Amino acid sequence: MFQSFIKKFFVLFSLVLPFYAQAQINVFTCEPEWAALTQALGGGNVAVTSATTAMQDPHHIQARPSLISKVRQADFLVCTGAGLEEGWLPLLLRKSGNPNVQLGQIGQFMAANYTQLLEKPTILDRSQGHIHSAGNPHFHLDPARIISIAPALTDALINVDPANQLQYQTNLALFTQQWQQAMKRWKQISQPLQGKRVVVSHNNWGYLLRWLGMERIATLEPLPGVPPSSAHLSKLLAKQKQIPADMILNASYQNARPARWLSEHASIPIATLPLSPSVNESLFQWFDRLLNQILSAK
Amino acid sequence: MRFAYRTAVLTATLLISSTALADTEIELIKQQLQALQVNYEQRIKNLEARLLKAEKATQEATVASQEATLASQKIVAPPSQPSLLAQNNFNPAITLTLDGRFASLDNDPDDYELPGFALGGESGLGSQGFSLGESELLISSNIDNNLYGQATIGFHDDDGSTEVDLEEAFIQTLGLGKGLTLKAGRFFSAIGYLNEQHAHAWDFADAPLIYRGLFGDQFKDDGLQVSYIAPTDTFLQLGVELLSGGSFPAGGDHEGAGATTIFANVGGDIGIEHSWQVGLNYWQSNDIEGRTSGGHSHGDESDAETPSFSGDSQIYAMDVVYKWAPNGNPTNQNLKLQFEYFDRSEDGEVEMLNSGPPSESTSYDGSQQGWYAQAIYQFKPQWSAGLRYDQLGSDNKGSDSDALAEAGLDNEGLKPKRISAMLAWLPSEFSRIRLQYNHDKSYGQSDNQIFLQYTTSIGSHGGHQY
Repeated sequence: MFQSFIKKFFVLFSLVLPFYAQAQINVFTCEPEWAALTQALGGGNVAVTSATTAMQDPHHIQARPSLISKVRQADFLVCTGAGLEEGWLPLLLRKSGNPNVQLGQIGQFMAANYTQLLEKPTILDRSQGHIHSAGNPHFHLDPARIISIAPALTDALINVDPANQLQYQTNLALFTQQWQQAMKRWKQISQPLQGKRVVVSHNNWGYLLRWLGMERIATLEPLPGVPPSSAHLSKLLAKQKQIPADMILNASYQNARPARWLSEHASIPIATLPLSPSVNESLFQWFDRLLNQILSAK
Repeated sequence: MRFAYRTAVLTATLLISSTALADTEIELIKQQLQALQVNYEQRIKNLEARLLKAEKATQEATVASQEATLASQKIVAPPSQPSLLAQNNFNPAITLTLDGRFASLDNDPDDYELPGFALGGESGLGSQGFSLGESELLISSNIDNNLYGQATIGFHDDDGSTEVDLEEAFIQTLGLGKGLTLKAGRFFSAIGYLNEQHAHAWDFADAPLIYRGLFGDQFKDDGLQVSYIAPTDTFLQLGVELLSGGSFPAGGDHEGAGATTIFANVGGDIGIEHSWQVGLNYWQSNDIEGRTSGGHSHGDESDAETPSFSGDSQIYAMDVVYKWAPNGNPTNQNLKLQFEYFDRSEDGEVEMLNSGPPSESTSYDGSQQGWYAQAIYQFKPQWSAGLRYDQLGSDNKGSDSDALAEAGLDNEGLKPKRISAMLAWLPSEFSRIRLQYNHDKSYGQSDNQIFLQYTTSIGSHGGHQY
C-alpha cells in the first residue's frame, strides 16, 4: 500500500519535473541598478534578483541565509565592484560553493571593470574614513557610463547564455537607442540646474553632479562614513551664510537628521533622492523620478 | 569804395566758396562717413561670421571629445589591472585585532567555579584591573582557483607569559559546485551559532556561561567539514564534521574520527525587514581518554589534583537567531535576538589525577544543560545596547560522590545564573568601546563584574558572518 503510494508519488513528480526545467538564467545582482539593466538587456530570458533595495546602504549588508541561497542558485552575478561590496560579497561567494560566479569566471560581472572611476583617493589610510581605494563606486549615476557598460554586460550575458545571443543583441540595440534619446531629453529638462550649488550628506553624487553641471560645495559628513557632530554642522551653517547652497542632496536610505537640521537652519530645501531604482522600476523610470525630485526641491 | 566793394566781393566769394567748399566738404565728410559705415558693417559681418564658425567648431569639438571619452570608457580595463575584489594583489589579507580591558570584580577571579561543570580550556574570568584581551592575527587569501586559506593566531597573557594559540588554520574549497564546500584543517566547529564567530565579533566581553561550561569558551578541532547547501530559496544547509577528538571537551588519541558533528541550518527573510536562522546540531565523541579540566587543588600547583574524564559524550544543541532593521537597512538602527540551548550527556569514569595511590575515581553519568538568550539593539548610528541572561543546570551521578565533588561535578544544589547588560560605542566599523555589567551567580557567592573594553582591528577587514 505504502509502496504503491511511493510509486505514484515518483510518477507524478517526474511528470511535473519537466515544467520546472530551468529555461531562464538565474541572475544575482548586488544592487537594483544592475538588476534593472540586466532585466532590460536580458528580457524574458533572465530571472533577476537584487540583493539590496534602494532603501538599503549597499556598504552595510549582512551575508544572511537568504542571500547565500540566492548566490548558490545563480548562473550569473552582476555587481558594482570597486570595493563597494567587500564587506559581504566575498563571504557570500565562499559560502555558496557556486563555481560559476567566483572571481574570474564568466558568470561574474563587475561593472567597475568596464569604466573609469573618478575621485581616487590620494591618501589611502583608515584615518580618512571609509574610503574606496579604487575611486568613487557610485558611477551608475552617470547616464553616459550606463551606456558604455551595457555592451560589456550584453557580451557577458551572451557568454553565459549563447543560445539567446540574437535576442540579447536586439535588446541592447533597443536599449541603447532609447537611452540615448532619454539622455537628450534629460539634458534639456535639467538645463535650469546648471551651475546650482549643493550640499550632500555623503559623497555618492559626484558622477550625477558632473553630468548635470552642478557643484558640490560641502559634505555633511566630516569624513566618509563618519556622522556629522553638532559642532561640524554649526561650522557648515556658518559657511552656508557666506557661500549659500541651493539645496541639500540626501539618499533615501540615509539618516536624514543632519540634512534636516541644516535645511531648517539655513532655509534651503532637501532633495531626498533614490540612489537606485525601486523593485520592478526600469532605469528610465528611476532617472526620471530622480531628476524630478531635484527639479522640484523646494 | 573800391576796397569796400572788393571786401564785399571777397567775403561773398569766401562765403559762397566756403559754402560751396562747405558743401563739398560736407559732401566729402558724408561720403567718408558712408564709406566708413560700409567698411565697419562689412567688418562686423565678417567678425560675426567668424564667431559663428568658431562656436560651431567648439561645439563639434566638445561632441567629438565626449564621444572620444565614451569610446575610451568602452575599453575594458587592461588585464594587468588588479581585480577590485582582491586585497593587496597577491599578498594575503592581514587583520590584527587589538583588545584591552579594565575589569572590576567583587570576587577573586581565582575562586571562580561553575558547579556541575568541570571547567577547561580558556574558561575563566581573566584578571582584575587593566589587562590585555586577546590580540588576534587573521591572515587569509585565495590560494589558487580552487582553494581559500585562513589562519587565526591568538596571543594572550597567561599569568605573565604570552601564550600563542593557533586558533584556526584551514583550507576551504572555492566553488566546488552543487552547493558543496569542504573545509580541512583546524577550525571552529559549526556547532551552535556563536561558536564560529571570532571573539572580537562577540556582542559581549565574555562567552555565554554554557559555552564556558561545555567548551571552555569556544570549541575548535582538527579535521574535515563537509557542508551542503540545497538549491532552495529558503536557506537549507546540512553538514558533517569529522574531527580528531583531541581537543577539549573531547580528549585523547583516536584512530579515525574521534569526534563527529552533524549540523543543519535553516534560514530566510520575512519581507524586507526581518531575517532569521534556526540551527540544530549534534556532537559526539566516543572513547574520550583523559579529558582534563580545572578542579580543586591541594597545595602545590605542580601536583594539583586534576579531574580526568574518560568515556562517551554527546551534545544536542539548538540555536535561533532573528534580526530586524527598518527597511532592511541595519546601518542606523537594528535589532538582534539570539537564543541557544545545549544538552550534554556523558557516560564513563572520572579519575582524580595526582590524588596519590590509589587515585580517587568514580563512575560518571553526567547530564548538563544550559541556555542563554540575548537581545542587542542598535538604537542610533554608532551606539548599541544589549541584555543577556544565562542559565545552567546539571544532574551528575557517580559511584563516589566525594570524588565527584572534588572534580567540581557536584552541582551543590545550584543552578548557575548570570545577567549581563552592555552599552557599546562604535565610532567606526573598526573600533568599539564597550561597558558591561554582569550580575554573576555562577556559584554560591554572587559577583558583580564591570568591564570596560576596547576592541579594534587594523588592516583589511573582511565581513562577518550572519
